[in-house]
Amino acid sequence: MSRTMNLTLNVWRQKDSKDSGEFEKYTEECKDISEHMSFLEMLDVVNERLIEKGKLPIAFDSDCREGICGTCSMVINGRPHGPWKKTTACQLHMREYKDGDVLYIEPWRAKSFPVLQDLMVDREALDSIVQAGGYISTNCGSAPDANSIQIGKEISDAAMDAAACIGCGACVAACPNSSAMLFTAAKLSHMNTLPQGKPEVAKRTIAMVEAMDKAGFGNCSNHLECEAACPKDIKATVIAEMNRGYAKASLLKR
Amino acid sequence: MSWFGNYIKSSIGAKHLMAITGLMLLGFVLAHMLGNLQIFMGQAAINAYAVKLQSLGVLLWIMRGGLVLAVLVHIYSAMRLVSMNSAARPVKYKMAFKDKSSFASRTMKWGGIILILFLIFHLVQLTLGGGPLKANFNLLDEYGRHDVYNMTVLGFQNVAVAASYLVAMLVLCFHLSHGVTSLFQSLGINHPKYNGMIKMAGPSIATLVLIGNCSMPIAVLAGWVKATV
Ligand code: HEM
Ligand code: SF4
Ligand code: FES
Repeated sequence: MSRTMNLTLNVWRQKDSKDSGEFEKYTEECKDISEHMSFLEMLDVVNERLIEKGKLPIAFDSDCREGICGTCSMVINGRPHGPWKKTTACQLHMREYKDGDVLYIEPWRAKSFPVLQDLMVDREALDSIVQAGGYISTNCGSAPDANSIQIGKEISDAAMDAAACIGCGACVAACPNSSAMLFTAAKLSHMNTLPQGKPEVAKRTIAMVEAMDKAGFGNCSNHLECEAACPKDIKATVIAEMNRGYAKASLLKR
Repeated sequence: MSWFGNYIKSSIGAKHLMAITGLMLLGFVLAHMLGNLQIFMGQAAINAYAVKLQSLGVLLWIMRGGLVLAVLVHIYSAMRLVSMNSAARPVKYKMAFKDKSSFASRTMKWGGIILILFLIFHLVQLTLGGGPLKANFNLLDEYGRHDVYNMTVLGFQNVAVAASYLVAMLVLCFHLSHGVTSLFQSLGINHPKYNGMIKMAGPSIATLVLIGNCSMPIAVLAGWVKATV
């Protein structure tokens, strides 16, 4: 027997970036939700019922629905991506909830992430940081020999841990200061740790930190809420690396 | 020098100023506490210490200057960071869940404001010799030295004064318990072998400072340390 539940949803509804927006409460539309649904499937059901009533469905972003693309941004009862550790909203399942639960669903809140509609925000500010230096410069032409660059396991593990970042922006959403330092530091750590990224470490570090500041994100106060919210378990130690690397690049680079 | 200006003006530069000035202030807090604990060694010891401190002359003024500069830069950077941070989050969440932040981390701003008010009160009372307890400031001991011992003991015998010190030290304890661990992170001092120690550094140093500094007013209130006039 599978369990079903009736929920009360309070969802942030906002027509466009200029609208002031408000919470709207849904109960009729959230009846008989199966525990086997994912959180987004539950929202799909609610949306179908809204459409049947001739109402505007709730706008939210999603793409892969398997925890790898990072688009399903929403804050569920105060936690980005909901209550499950190391899990995106699309991978959260309704078995977490029980009959009668009341949920508040809000968009990411940051000046740098303007709300486009309802739960959808514009995360282009993160792209601007990657564009500033989240790449390596290399020659085109034939592919290099495999294994021509030897990388120790500890180094590749560290770089891959940082590379797990899917750019979802939950760190910004969770941070009381809307700081993007976990994201930026993850990208820097990923690139700067590997031999391919080494030649441009100083240039990249300065460019990405400057882009981060320019985009209007806040600063790190070491609350570590980002670490708790990150679906990919990026550790705040990358921020320490960035802090050190930025001073080194700014003060010692030729 | 534009590279230096860019560094100082950046978010991370502001954090570094915060951390370096915080470290300077921490050094002062620890040295100040160790000096003052000599009150337990009696009137002669602490009054002699005060004379030695005063006799440092230029060195004392350099230290004072550095300290004033540290306080000003610390406060200026704090104001910059706080205003950038609140601008970055114009709309608050209806439901805000706290997973990893602590009471200490969330009250750095308020702790700082209380500390600066306390600092002013403390300086007026014991360095400049103003305020309600002026009379104690002019005491001299048998060798004609500034009687720091009795000034302090008589001051703490006033329950309101002692209580204000105890409260301020509790506030400092919270500020340091987050701040000291935080300054390592801000400066990027970080290594898997030492991260456990760094995490403990804030709470342990803060607790030591709390115990050390509060022991003095408590000892006076309990009558363990008595005035000699
Ligand atoms: C005894 C005096 C003080 C000491 C020892 C001290 C120490 C520290 C330390 C070590 C930090 C951590 C720096 C970092 O995160 O890297 C800090 C942060 C902070 N301090 Fe102080 N501080 C003192 C007084 C003050 C005063 C007077 C103010 C403000 C009026 C203040 C406001 C702040 C704020 C707001 C932060 C957090 C900054 C942030 O991370 O956003 N502090 N303090
Ligand atoms: S660091 Fe984590 S929370 Fe931040 S964008 Fe990357 S995956 Fe998302
Ligand atoms: S939809 Fe791709 S991570 Fe959730």
